[in-house]
Amino acid sequence: MATETTTPDTPKTPEPTPTTPKPGQPSRAVRHSGRWSGYRHLLWARILELKREPEVVFWVFIFPLLLAAGLGIAFRNKPADVTSVVVIAGDGAQKTLAMLQSSADRSSSNKRSSDKSSSNKSPSEKDSTIRATVLDRDAALNAFHVGKYDLAIEANSDGSYTYYYDPARPESVLSRAEIDAALQSAAGRKDALTTSAQSSSEPGSRYIDFLIPGLLGMNLMNSGMWGVGFALVEMRQRKLLKRFVATPMRRSDFLLALTSSRLVLMVIEVGLLLGFGVLVFHMRVQGWRSILSVIFLGMLGAVTFGGVGLLTACRAQKIESVSGLINLVMMPMWIFSGVFFSYDKFPAMAHPFIKALPLTALNDALRATIIEGASLGSQSGRLLVLAIWGGVSFILALRWFRWT
Amino acid sequence: MGSPIECTNLRKTYDGKVEAVRGVSLRIEPGQCFGLLGPNGAGKTTTIEILEGLLAPSSGEVRIFGHTWNDNPRQLREWIGISLQETRLSEKLSVRETIELFASFYSEPRPADEVLEELELTEKADSWVGKLSGGQKQRLAVATALVGNPRILFLDEPTTGLDPQSRRQLWDIVRVFQKKGGTVLLTTHYMDEAERLCDRLAIVDHGQIIAEGTPSDLIDRLGGHHVVEFRVDGRVGGRVDGKADGNSNGQETDAWRALPSVESVRSEDGTICLNVREPHLTIPALLAAVNQQGHQLEHLSTRQASLEDVFVNLTGRHLREN
Repeated sequence: MATETTTPDTPKTPEPTPTTPKPGQPSRAVRHSGRWSGYRHLLWARILELKREPEVVFWVFIFPLLLAAGLGIAFRNKPADVTSVVVIAGDGAQKTLAMLQSSADRSSSNKRSSDKSSSNKSPSEKDSTIRATVLDRDAALNAFHVGKYDLAIEANSDGSYTYYYDPARPESVLSRAEIDAALQSAAGRKDALTTSAQSSSEPGSRYIDFLIPGLLGMNLMNSGMWGVGFALVEMRQRKLLKRFVATPMRRSDFLLALTSSRLVLMVIEVGLLLGFGVLVFHMRVQGWRSILSVIFLGMLGAVTFGGVGLLTACRAQKIESVSGLINLVMMPMWIFSGVFFSYDKFPAMAHPFIKALPLTALNDALRATIIEGASLGSQSGRLLVLAIWGGVSFILALRWFRWT
Repeated sequence: MGSPIECTNLRKTYDGKVEAVRGVSLRIEPGQCFGLLGPNGAGKTTTIEILEGLLAPSSGEVRIFGHTWNDNPRQLREWIGISLQETRLSEKLSVRETIELFASFYSEPRPADEVLEELELTEKADSWVGKLSGGQKQRLAVATALVGNPRILFLDEPTTGLDPQSRRQLWDIVRVFQKKGGTVLLTTHYMDEAERLCDRLAIVDHGQIIAEGTPSDLIDRLGGHHVVEFRVDGRVGGRVDGKADGNSNGQETDAWRALPSVESVRSEDGTICLNVREPHLTIPALLAAVNQQGHQLEHLSTRQASLEDVFVNLTGRHLREN
């Protein structure tokens, strides 16, 4: 790697032998560069530099994979449907446990019988179970308050029950309903209706399927902002920008090369992350058209965030100040744009603003194409949001850009 | 076509306050190596960057081969090669890749191999820039300026911080460029560099040109080509305690001024420096005068006058104040 000497093909006119310069005159040129020679060399130099920077390889390629692996495994193994409750020790405690147990047995045997009829059930799926523990009153309430249990049950002396639950915790609310149903049915309540349920945990609806497109979007944002913004300020600080503009280099070529180097990386980033999702988590990508759409979205996202990065870095003189700026710009998008969880959790009033963020548009469009196989046409609104962010950023950046 | 570089009454004011350049006018002839000599902070870099079209002057006009920077900047950039005072080129690119990159910006660049050879970088062609020594980095910086086949070479402090051998190598490179008919403008605060390399010099101080001419012209203007430096015991030197008593010092220097063949006198930390036309006339008279006053000589030396002496005579300060 250290002695890499590959260069992009330079349009060489048939090279005459170097002529000895005539005295009193600078030596005559011996070859002509084409219009795009500068752009191609800048792009190639940028790619070589990135390739030779081990940190870039780690942060751009390895880190997102680790993140996806970690989160994917953590959330895949979470027994989301185990209800963990604590029974406060007392006279009725043992009886309560027994009632919960009998109810759980009945429901799982029901489920098992229905399993035989439905063949498309994945083996990883578990029936809902109730895990109950008996503790002293203080210990029980304390453990409930710190979130160790979803619900605390107290059997009162008059035969009634008191539930301690937290309305702010969804699992607590759920387990209250579940425990109530279990106790009621154990006590002999008959269901008035016959119902059946079909559960689904197929590729496409799991957390990892939600997560991977979000990580893809976040990664495009991160590497676009850092890859363009940071690199630019570093070059400005090293006076390399000034050195470049002291040559006949076209300034637009330089900015174009910097941005398009992002496109090259993007293809690798997207490929790795998607490939990882497909191989490790059996993600399903909806056909070739979907892959082409994803690549198009990746390009648009890379260019958009390259533009935003350009704008963020258009005046900063120091690496320290641009680092702060980049984080400031990205922070709202990390939080609001639905990388790790859906932005539906934020108040509906905020949704129009959230949807106007470029990362939200990118994530939503990526999810739609990857998970649902939606066509690009159906995503035109989101594409427009991205294009506007990218275009406006570029124009402003060019206007305010500081080369020296 | 006008002269390679011409400027009239350049001024540059930063933030409406600091006047870095205060009315500089220059005209540099084809094939000349022109030097801007002056201490750090004199406005040399600001001046050269205005001439290079990297800074806009607050007022005044620059013409490169008769064109202003507003006429056709791209064409002017094809004609000039620049080495900035401080550029850190990409460390992870090889020497050859760096030269090829810069070559690609010019419409008619020189072959990279030719430039590598001329700058004695062929052996290092495949090394990363980060692995080069200071002298090699500086030669590479000049190589990126020469690869565009320029007519004018701008060098801002090209040898600052380099070892003597690397400096001589760079001087040779400049001479080769000049021999091919190129014009050179360089800034330096090394008087030896200015003296050996430059055909013509402008001495810059506080944003103004305080003297201009060939190195020997400037030294001639001192009056004497020789400097006699001596020190006597006692208070005769005037500034033994570091603080001169204006009156007595004036009287003492007047006394030395009266010696034969002396053109000018200055005293520095107890050492008297005489600019002298003919030392063989001055020195016997000097010895006699010291004897007559009943003092002892502690030190006596003679040397050729240098540009440093010119600068000190003009400003009362040294080029490099330590």
